[in-house]
Amino acid sequence: MTTATDVTAPAAVEPVVAPPPRRRRRTPVTWVRHGGLTTLLFFVPLLLSFGYFSWWPILRSLVLSLQQTNFLTSTWVGLANFQRVLADPLLGTAVWNTTYFSLLAVVIGFPIPILTAVFLAEMRRTRGLGSALAYLPVIIPPVVAVLLWKAFYDPSENGLFNTILGWFGVGPIAWLNDPDLVIPSLVLYATWAGFGTGVIIYLATLMTIRTELYEAAEIDGARILRRFWHVTLPQMRGILLIMLLLQLIGTFQTFTEPYIMTGGGPENRSLTILLLIYRYAFVAGDYGRATALSLLLAVALSLLSGLYMWATRRWSTS
Amino acid sequence: MTATSASLRRRRRHEEVAERSIISTMDRRQPIVRAVVGIVGTAVLIALAIACAGPLLWLFKAATSTSTETLAQPFAFWPSGFHWANIVQAFDEVDFARYLGNTLLVCLGSWFFGLLVATTGGYGIAVLRPAYARIVSAAVLATLFIPGVISLVALYLTVIDVPLLGVNLLNTFWAVWLPASASAFNVLLVSRFLMTIPRDLFDAARIDGAGAVRVFAEIVLPMARPIIGVLSLLTMVAAYKDFLWPLLVLNRPDLQPISVALPRIADNTDLAVLMAAMFISVLVPVLVFLVFQRQFIRAAGSAGALKE
Repeated sequence: MTTATDVTAPAAVEPVVAPPPRRRRRTPVTWVRHGGLTTLLFFVPLLLSFGYFSWWPILRSLVLSLQQTNFLTSTWVGLANFQRVLADPLLGTAVWNTTYFSLLAVVIGFPIPILTAVFLAEMRRTRGLGSALAYLPVIIPPVVAVLLWKAFYDPSENGLFNTILGWFGVGPIAWLNDPDLVIPSLVLYATWAGFGTGVIIYLATLMTIRTELYEAAEIDGARILRRFWHVTLPQMRGILLIMLLLQLIGTFQTFTEPYIMTGGGPENRSLTILLLIYRYAFVAGDYGRATALSLLLAVALSLLSGLYMWATRRWSTS
Repeated sequence: MTATSASLRRRRRHEEVAERSIISTMDRRQPIVRAVVGIVGTAVLIALAIACAGPLLWLFKAATSTSTETLAQPFAFWPSGFHWANIVQAFDEVDFARYLGNTLLVCLGSWFFGLLVATTGGYGIAVLRPAYARIVSAAVLATLFIPGVISLVALYLTVIDVPLLGVNLLNTFWAVWLPASASAFNVLLVSRFLMTIPRDLFDAARIDGAGAVRVFAEIVLPMARPIIGVLSLLTMVAAYKDFLWPLLVLNRPDLQPISVALPRIADNTDLAVLMAAMFISVLVPVLVFLVFQRQFIRAAGSAGALKE
């Protein structure tokens, strides 16, 4: 094995003919002879890929946020980019819209896959069919689904959703054109598009819950609803907490839905933070300002995750 | 679990008395419970069918109806018969075959490079384990916790002027393929899987004189087939669905995959033709899903297990 000998840095290797047979000495030659070079070769794709397209861009973001750059020259501007971000009156709008979107997506979108999975777990013969149906929206490319839902949200009387509402004597509703309804409409779509993943993941978790727990609860006289409350939910707690955090992180980076459905309108009421970043960078060409805002969002999300982890850990120990 | 109890369980499942969940077999003997389970179960299934399959069926209807029919009577089923011509028009007028071809190229390339990085990297981290593996694995893991938004702009600037090489990848498929391969999730998935293989197996192969390359090609790759299947599905689907990144780096219309091309043509294309194009774009993944349904569900499940 190579583990013991390849502590030396991967230095340039000269093609020496006869290496000394002493095992203990760690020279580049013994490193190569013990397969160090081959091992390193296996790391090359990963190192190149992550180096160029993950690690370097992250480091570069930190630099870019302090610079004013066009493609030819970059000048250091200190915290000016951050000042310009914070001075933008649209920032408050974008932060509010994004927070509203995320919280509403949790309220509407979080319980639905849990309940669906719990019901499907009880359905023995149709479980496979049900989970396949639930996963169908996840398969559809978001762009197609968004365009399709944009057609459903047609504000005219003959729009698909308005026709359905018309059967009950309600409407027509302007949906995406109504400043107060645009975010709820986007959340409704996002819930539909994403709940299948949750269903599959929760279903897999539900199948791992030990049957003895249910049997014990049953012997203690717990009825079906109480078994759900006292056995199922506590057993799912770990995955529920992770999924909630992942959903928050995901929805705070919402882009495709408002970009295609509304372009941020009406009256900037669906302008999300990521859409603002996109506008800064790729409409206005102001890369420094865009990076500064990205960095602020990333820091906020990291703080949120840290706080969340800390809170849930405290809560579970007490 | 012992072999006997496993076979017993299998036999029981065969008799339609599967493993229990919240509701026990005894509960199910009560007629009220049976009725409620039956009714609620059917209701859930109908709701899922309407909510999830309904929009796709409607899309099929809109793709084979005229624009005015779709706009005026969204729930009328083919009042003037099927209009298959919409689908032909999508290929003739919108150049849809090219976008489909581009999508295929994007998917295949992302799949290849994603798999290359994940399998070799996962092998290095989990099996070869040189001294620096720990640092590399920590650095890979760290990117999993950093929100993707942080490097969007910097990644774009990297792609239009790759450091040290000085090439511009804008409007080439490399700009989509390579960044997609830097997925910490994929690397983690493979290395976690390889860590569950007993090390004795690799040691035995080493003693028999197999080098790192042979162990990789003849032991690791064949054994990792299930996880490679999962990974293939996840990378292909992700590439098929991706929108923002290809939108940024593939400006030229003749290079765009359908996800970028569709919104661009949406506003100035006849609705029926657009719906036909959308229907074809949905048909491909849905058919693949129906064929590999079990694998998809397993992939999503194992992705969830990793999150835990």
